[in-house]
Amino acid sequence: MWQLLQIELLKIFRKPRTYISFGAIAVMVVIIQIALKSDGQSYIEFIVGGLKDSLDIPFRNILNGYFVCFVILNLLLIHIPLLIALVAGDSIAGEANMGTLRLIASKPVSRTGLMLAKFMATAIYTALLLIWLAFISLLLSVLIFGTNDILIARNDYLEIIRSNDVMWRYAAAFGFATLALTTVAALAFLLSVFAENSIGPIVSTISIVIVFTILSEMQIPLYDRTVKPYLFTSHMLAWKGFFYCKIDSGGSSIPGTIENIRAIGKSSLILILYIIGFVSAAILVFNKKDILS
Amino acid sequence: MSLVTVSQLSKKFRNHTAVDDLSFSVNEGDVYGFLGQNGAGKSTTIRMLLTLVKPTAGHIELFGLDLRRERKKILSQVGAVIEKPDLYKYLNAYENLSLFARMSGSKITKRELNTQLEMVGLGGRENDKVKTFSQGMKQRLGIAVALVHNPRLIILDEPTNGLDPLGIADMRNLILHLSRNLNKTVIVSSHLLHEIEQISTRMLIIEEGKKMVEGTVASLMDPAKTLVELEVDDPKAAASLIESTPWFTYLQKTTNKILIFQLPRELIPELNRVLVGLQVNVLSLQARNSLETYFLSLTRSKQHVAAFTD
Repeated sequence: MWQLLQIELLKIFRKPRTYISFGAIAVMVVIIQIALKSDGQSYIEFIVGGLKDSLDIPFRNILNGYFVCFVILNLLLIHIPLLIALVAGDSIAGEANMGTLRLIASKPVSRTGLMLAKFMATAIYTALLLIWLAFISLLLSVLIFGTNDILIARNDYLEIIRSNDVMWRYAAAFGFATLALTTVAALAFLLSVFAENSIGPIVSTISIVIVFTILSEMQIPLYDRTVKPYLFTSHMLAWKGFFYCKIDSGGSSIPGTIENIRAIGKSSLILILYIIGFVSAAILVFNKKDILS
Repeated sequence: MSLVTVSQLSKKFRNHTAVDDLSFSVNEGDVYGFLGQNGAGKSTTIRMLLTLVKPTAGHIELFGLDLRRERKKILSQVGAVIEKPDLYKYLNAYENLSLFARMSGSKITKRELNTQLEMVGLGGRENDKVKTFSQGMKQRLGIAVALVHNPRLIILDEPTNGLDPLGIADMRNLILHLSRNLNKTVIVSSHLLHEIEQISTRMLIIEEGKKMVEGTVASLMDPAKTLVELEVDDPKAAASLIESTPWFTYLQKTTNKILIFQLPRELIPELNRVLVGLQVNVLSLQARNSLETYFLSLTRSKQHVAAFTD
């Protein structure tokens, strides 16, 4: 298995297409950082809205590296599934299109082993993409904007997390985001088994994510109970929960706490079940598939 | 010893039967020609031998082992080129070979891999990406991939597809080398009858997924009906000289360049002597298209071909 995984990683990271995602993330992050550096005050005023008079923190302190990273994650974690689908959707269909699938499937390795190695390689790619995002969005932002307490806008109030209480939250948030994006990778991986050209699974994955995200965001009571809890997209943004603290009686955030850890745990479990479901289905279909490409 | 035994093999794709109750066996050391028209079921059968396609019915044994139960053990002893050898274009020749060697379960040194590349004429190109290779070079790299783990059985599905005449000759020589010098068993499918005729020891002809005949090349072709093509300096004069001899009954056709006879194979030397005796200047003599004739006599397309040749 380790040997197969090494081979699959070699294939992913020697393919020029792989680096499009890393480049795209770098470009988007830098664009956001430039925008916030040049006109961050307007953005903060927009977020704070009517509460700005009640704040006793200067704007220059709010616009710090931790805050910028939070803004970047909010903006990008919705779009990164597109970049994940680019590689995951290509994993089987791309090989079928290239004509290499018949070659690897006729080697003395089990189809299940081959699929698991391929998925693990895709998951590693997803994790590395998130590490890259963490590196440039957190480290670069801290270098450019410095560090300070982070201001989080909740529904009807503003929450302040002390700077010494932030890093573990980011580590957990990036970890959760990896899980969420691995779910998208697993979906693209499953769709890839059915196709002989990577365009189909990539477009299908993106379409499903868009439709599910719209359904997750729609405020319709019927869907709130019947559909939303079961859509993986409803759980993908649960990483924000790591930045929601418990509040003490004075209305201040309690350091080191998470408001609803059970909700995050539940979302994690649902995403893991989705991953297991998608990958199992992909293996099942691939094991029965006649390779005619 | 039978290396491959296929029994009552069938494959249906919805309503289409690609392979129908096919049985054959390949002996150790054979160069086994697998002949059939396009769509006859050759590739489907080969894909079933390589576990790419699951049979609807039937049984396959390789090296005396059940393919369904001992898949990994069997495939570690099989090398294959299936249609055109598609490899990873963004990797170089060495990386491709190394990758497939590892997948085949072989621990092969860098030196051995380079030797393998040199054997197929790709020495010095090991660091070049496959996307820069010609079709012939890809085909040679595909052969290296098939041979890298030193398999007992080599399966080549239409190995001459897309090759120029020189490439086809190279491929023929390579197959003969594998069989004669390295004692490999080779199954080679093709619709190029002349190629199969030159290299095969035994062959199978299939049509619409069904076996037409199986046996040695010599036994399958009717030696009593060998077509002999004679190139002479003056065919019309030669034909009139032959007219007065019993050999005229064998003469099929006279053109402005050649005479075509159909006669038992053992009479060819005698015919040559007679012609020399008649002072006919024979420029060349060759038994022509014997497998093609036989193949067309078996397959449904013979009427179409006859229409063009009449």
